Parts: sequence; structure tokens; C-alpha cells
Amino acid sequence: METLVFSLTIFVLAIFVGFEVITKVPPTLHTPLMSGSNAISGITLVGAILSSGLQYSTLTSVLGVLAVALATINVVGGFLVTHRILGMFRRKS
Amino acid sequence: MSTSLINLAYLVASALFILGLKGLSHPRTAVRGNLMGATAMLIAVVVTLLNQEIIGYGGILIGLALGSLVGAVLAVRIPMTAMPQLVALLNGFGGGASILVAGAALVEAVGLTDREVTSQLTVATAASGLIGAVTLAGSFVAFAKLQELISGNPILFPGRHVVNAALLIATLGLAAMVAVQPDEPLAYWGLVIVASVLGVLAVIPIGGADMPVVIALLNSYSGLAACATGFVLNNTMLIIAGSLVGASGLILTRIMCDAMNRSLTNVLFGGVGAVASQPGGGKGDEVYAGRVKSAGPDEIAMILEVAQRVMIVPGYGLAVSQAQHSVRDLANLLESRGVRVDFAIHPVAGRMPGHMNVLLAEADIPYEKLLTMEEANPQFEQTDVAIVIGANDVVNPDARTDPTGPIAGMPILDVDKARTVIVVKRSLSPGFAGIPNPLFAADNTLMYFADGKKALVDLITALQS
Repeated sequence: METLVFSLTIFVLAIFVGFEVITKVPPTLHTPLMSGSNAISGITLVGAILSSGLQYSTLTSVLGVLAVALATINVVGGFLVTHRILGMFRRKS
Repeated sequence: MSTSLINLAYLVASALFILGLKGLSHPRTAVRGNLMGATAMLIAVVVTLLNQEIIGYGGILIGLALGSLVGAVLAVRIPMTAMPQLVALLNGFGGGASILVAGAALVEAVGLTDREVTSQLTVATAASGLIGAVTLAGSFVAFAKLQELISGNPILFPGRHVVNAALLIATLGLAAMVAVQPDEPLAYWGLVIVASVLGVLAVIPIGGADMPVVIALLNSYSGLAACATGFVLNNTMLIIAGSLVGASGLILTRIMCDAMNRSLTNVLFGGVGAVASQPGGGKGDEVYAGRVKSAGPDEIAMILEVAQRVMIVPGYGLAVSQAQHSVRDLANLLESRGVRVDFAIHPVAGRMPGHMNVLLAEADIPYEKLLTMEEANPQFEQTDVAIVIGANDVVNPDARTDPTGPIAGMPILDVDKARTVIVVKRSLSPGFAGIPNPLFAADNTLMYFADGKKALVDLITALQS
């Protein structure tokens, strides 16, 4: 119960921080915001690495490897494409 | 590495994620912001790899290598016009990863380890599976629609609300089963399957014009799925990063809904675009008959010769005909003759939030010239020529004047207040809202019937001769 309340506290505070930070992003940058935040949602990768590496059973290891692959596509693809988009905004400014 | 050290590193990573998103509030700091986010992810991954409990690295390395390769190829190869599809696809993969991680954690907790099976674990696992599956399936449908693998029009079938409601009840029932009886793993995978069907059926009825909303919403879901996985694993960094994404997606969803003056419920269940397929010709004739003036490139070139201020309004049609480079050439040509050229961009122009800005930036149009709707609207009265390229509903004055119409109250670009309006469009066909546009028949409007790109190329030739 105690850990749940702790996690909920973190969750609620993070939502508030998210709203404060993200409402300041101008419309011009909404696409990179989306692809960049998308990459961040690939943070599940951390959980995937643990499932794959702890090797409790073949099933969890296989699920873990698949999850690592999917989350990595999300992370690498997301950050790289955001970098590419932002490069276009920077070029002439 | 000790648990405290790992957690400290996770704290640093979480802070960097927040700073990274903060950096996106200005084009000058945005690149650094994105690099901060990437660094945060690198720290998180490296520290996790150092966890002493990890005994096998083979699978991890294979997964990382494969994922990096696919991700990098996708990111480098994708044309900017296809950006919405890519974001949809990546969202889906994020959701998929969350399903698998939560599933593995459930299997471990109930059968393989002596970790206490708390209700936090089971409820969060159910949430992660449900949200992850809706995200995965919904994103793939969005991808298929945007890539035109399936029709971008709303696909409506009779009784869909009943079917969806039944599916929703089934998913919630299965989720409750996972939460109460976690030792029955089939319930979890059943939940994932039913929620996937729900995800497909929820997105299929939504039309192309509403895609910015759908993509933003799925973006939010992918974050919430990661967040739920954080509750499963008791990992605060997952909760923080997931919440940030969840908040970001929700904010963009709201901005897109406001820009169309529609509620989220209406977007998700209304099927507004479906009206467009019904014959609405009668009303169109009333508005257009005998009033529409069309002009060719030479005539328009003469008007532009004497203009001092030009406002270009790019819409979906510009994106479709890939005319962003031609529009840049036109703007450069006009500017070389001392004309001031700006771009007025409606929030829902393009197929995802901010998509039009990216397309124009790709064509080297400086971002200072890209005006938001709020910035542009007061300037139309001082504008000599407004050139609308492939935009329709977002410049329809009916939104201001007809309180009963389907777009009543929608914020629009006040193009009709410019001295002369030139509308580049292939025909008088209605836009997504399915209604005629009185702007096309206005006294100060000239229609230039042509494909966006060809029209611009011909216009540039006419201006140069």
C-alpha cells in the first residue's frame, strides 16, 4: 500500500510538471514534440531489459527480447527522426 | 551497482527528460532538448544493464541491435510528408513493448519469483495490457489509413456503437479477471486480444481530417501504457517519463479539438467526415451558381505584380501534391521583388499537430515566416493577396456566419478579409466537413483550378516571363 501511494504521488506530480512544461511548446514545434515524447515513451525499454535479462523462464526471456526490440525501434526511431526534423528548423535561422 | 545508485541515476534521467521537453519550447533550444532526452534514455539503459540481477545479455543485445537498426532506417528514410505514419507506427511499437513487459512481469510474479502479488501489480498489469493493446492496434490502423493501405475515409458499419460497447465491457471484465485472478495467465492474453480488436474498431470509423486528434491521443496512450508498466515494476522513472508523454499527448489532443471546435467525444464517435460522402450538390449550386470567377496563371501573375503583402495559406492539398518546394520558390521570387510574404498556418493543417510547419521547414522556409492563426488573422486586412493552396474548411467564413452549420464556431483563418483571395484547388468539391464554401463565390475571390504543385510551377513561369 505504501509503495502504491508513493508511486501515485510521483505520477500526479509528474502529470503537473508535464502540463506546465508542455503548454509552453509553440505550434511550430508540435510535430517534434510529438515524435520526441514518443521516443520517451519507449522508456518501457528499461522494463524490457529486466524481463529479458533476469531469465526466470524461456517465456519471459522471449517476451523480454521482443519487448526490447520493439521499445528500441520506438526510442531510436523517435529521437533520430526528431533530430532530423529539428535540423530543418535550424538550417535557416 | 547498488539499488540506491541505480535509483539516483534514474532520478538524473527523469530530470533530463523534463529538461529535454522544456527545451522544445523554442526552436533555438529544441535540438539540445532532444539530445538531453536521448542522453536520459542512454543513462537509463546503461544503468539498467549494470543491474546485478541480470544474468543473460545475449537476448538483450540482439533486441537492442535489431531495434536500433530498424528504428534508424525508418527515421532516416521516411519522407517528411509521411511523418504522421511514422509517429503512428512508433506509438504502436511503444504500446506493444508495454504489453509484453507487463505480461512477462505477471508471469514472473505469479509463478517464478517470490515477489508478492499485490493488487497494485495486478491492476497495473491489466491497465498496461489494455492501454498497450488499444495503442498498438489503433496505431496500426492509423498507420494503414495514413499510408492509404486502407481507405482514409471513415469506415462505418451499422451497430458499431453496440459492438464497441460490448467489446469495452468484455475488456473491462477481462481486466477485472486479471486483477482478481492473476494466476490465470490466459485472462491477460485474452484481454490483450480483445483490447486489440477494440483498438481497431475504435479508429476505423475516424476520418482523415480527424487524424491529428487520433495521433495525439494515441501518443498520450503510449505514454500512459509505459506509466502503467512503471506501476507494475515499481519503477518511478517509468512513471515519470510515461506521465510526461501522457500529458503531452492530452494537451495536443485538446489543442487539435479546440482548433476544430469539436469535443473529443464528437471526434471519436461522431464520424463527421462521413457526411462528406453524401451528395450535397444542391446547396453547393445555390452558393456557387454564376458567382465563381476563375483565373489562370497569367492573370494571377498580373495581380501579384502589384501586390506588396502576400499571405500564403497552405492546407492539406499542398501536402498531398508535395508542393512545399514550389511554394518556397514562389515566396522567394515574390520577395526578390520586394513583396512581403508570410505563411498563415491553421493548427490542424496537415495530418498531425504542427505537420505543416515541418513540411515548410523542410523546404527551407524560415520559421519566423510561419504565423499561427492568432498572429495571422489581424493581418489579413492589410494583405493585398491571400493565396490559399489546398485548404478548404479552415478558411470557410460559414464558421463565423452560419451558427447551424457543421463547422459553426470553428476558429478559421480570416482569408476573406484580404483585398484579393486566390484559391488554388482542383475543383469546387467540398472539404472534410462536406459543405460548400462561400469564400469561393466571394467578390474578391479568384479560383485557380489546378493541382497545387502544377499551379505553383505555372504561376512562377508566368511571373518570370
